[in-house]
Amino acid sequence: MSTQVPSSLVTQPDAHSDKESPRWLGPLVLLGPSGLWLGLLLVIPTLLIFELSLVPGIRPGDIVNPSGLDNYGLIFQPVYFRVIGRSLFFAFGTTFFALLLGFPVAYWIALIAPKQWRNLLLLSFVLPLWTSSLLRSYAWITILRPTGVLNSFLQLIGIPPLDLLNRSPAVLIGMSYSMLPYIVLVLYASLEKLDRRLLEAAADLGANPLQVFWKVTIPQSLPGIVAGALLVFITSLGDFVDPELLGGASSMTLARLIYNQFIGATQNWGFGSALSMILIFLVSLAIALLIKYGDRSQVV
Amino acid sequence: MENLQRKFKLSISWQALFSLLMYGFMYLPLVVLTVYSFNRSPFSAKWTGFTWSWYIKFFQDGRILLALQNSLLVAGIAVAISAVIGTLMAVGLARYNFPGKQLYQSISYLPLIIPDISIAVSTLVFLQALWIGLDLKTIVAAHVVFCLAYVAIVVSSRLVNLDPHLEEAAQDLGASPVQSFILVLLPELMPAIVSGCLLAFILSMDDLLIASFTSGSGYNTLPMEIFSRIRTGVKPDINALSVVLILVSGLSFALAEYVRLNAERKRSGQ
Repeated sequence: MSTQVPSSLVTQPDAHSDKESPRWLGPLVLLGPSGLWLGLLLVIPTLLIFELSLVPGIRPGDIVNPSGLDNYGLIFQPVYFRVIGRSLFFAFGTTFFALLLGFPVAYWIALIAPKQWRNLLLLSFVLPLWTSSLLRSYAWITILRPTGVLNSFLQLIGIPPLDLLNRSPAVLIGMSYSMLPYIVLVLYASLEKLDRRLLEAAADLGANPLQVFWKVTIPQSLPGIVAGALLVFITSLGDFVDPELLGGASSMTLARLIYNQFIGATQNWGFGSALSMILIFLVSLAIALLIKYGDRSQVV
Repeated sequence: MENLQRKFKLSISWQALFSLLMYGFMYLPLVVLTVYSFNRSPFSAKWTGFTWSWYIKFFQDGRILLALQNSLLVAGIAVAISAVIGTLMAVGLARYNFPGKQLYQSISYLPLIIPDISIAVSTLVFLQALWIGLDLKTIVAAHVVFCLAYVAIVVSSRLVNLDPHLEEAAQDLGASPVQSFILVLLPELMPAIVSGCLLAFILSMDDLLIASFTSGSGYNTLPMEIFSRIRTGVKPDINALSVVLILVSGLSFALAEYVRLNAERKRSGQ
């Protein structure tokens, strides 16, 4: 530490000690290590991927084609376009079901359940998040497979078996299940702040419960709904495990397609990089919408 | 207000019933894993008798135990590094204003937003470009990126509620900046650091994609080992493993809650 006192510091209100270190030392020590780490292992790699996405034929042996946007052009081939469409479909579907299932739960915990139980109820709802997500998705195989738990149960009550596994419904069930705790957390935070007097006032003024819900509760909690929906959308857009385990061969998503370009028999790093940039772009688009329309403090 | 609550307590609302159903939905997979880990038949969905054999098989499975050891090692080191530099970052961002701070802050949150697969492939490409050999060290380096973000977020949320005069007071009383940081600020932040670390630890233990892309052959983490087995179907010894992991994470959760409540009680007691 320097013993010299920079003259500029003496007038600073926070310059207490005679042994004040130079101005830049504090920020450097506090922000330097993480900045370096993020720069090296996040910023540079992402820029590198962007560069790769513009240079087709990066793998040895491939034909070098200097034309820049070829990799992006590839996504318009029907087979790849369908993959992106499927990813978006799963993400939208998951968002819809997570909202549909999560809102009543969050509403019940935040507004109806006894106050002293609220924290415990919320905690116990999100507790499964602490177990391996891979294993929770894997459990759904046991439940949904043709001879699984669900069909055994349906057989018992005389309903014909459902063929869900390795098809879209299983993916949607698995992804909605994975996302449900997150959306309940976000919606709870928003509903909990809801001014209950508004609900009572609306009821006193003659609104029926349904009107109170649509005219007061929903508009009041809209920022939370938007934030939660986008959080779910973003996370499920890049989901790899659920489509992979529950969707079977016909449910390839963007994450799996990117995976295949880097690991496996038919590698194409340039195309994979372009797909990765598209995924980042879609996610950024959702974030931009969130910042514009949502309550930003609700995220993370 | 009280009137309203009493009315709700008397009648069981449909929201309560629906929520109960959703609690069942949340716990169904865990229950299924647990029940089937004791089922004798490896394939049948029907109960064919109680057995410990899957647990015995699991505890004798060297590959899984090695993968578990690798995962614990990676998560432990990554979290330890993140605890230090993530806390420093949170304090630095709370304390200083500088040009480019907004950019710095946004970049530090990126790992929470960018999908794992994108982070995974960029890190792979970067490491390959530098000719860095892939092993456990490269997984640690990649895991620190997101662990650090989670530690920093939790610590930041605690810093916001902290009395900024505490450190000034310490320095007025003659403590050096380093002393006031270690003796005054750090104890105040400790509960947040611990919960941030637990969160990061869980996420590091749970990560499949980033580890798959940044580890060399022969260095499997637990999720990689599990994934390579279950993609081909149901494996009962994996059920046994799940139950062990559920118990471990349940215990660590209870521990985390205990630390948090203790800290809260201490704070309110003051």
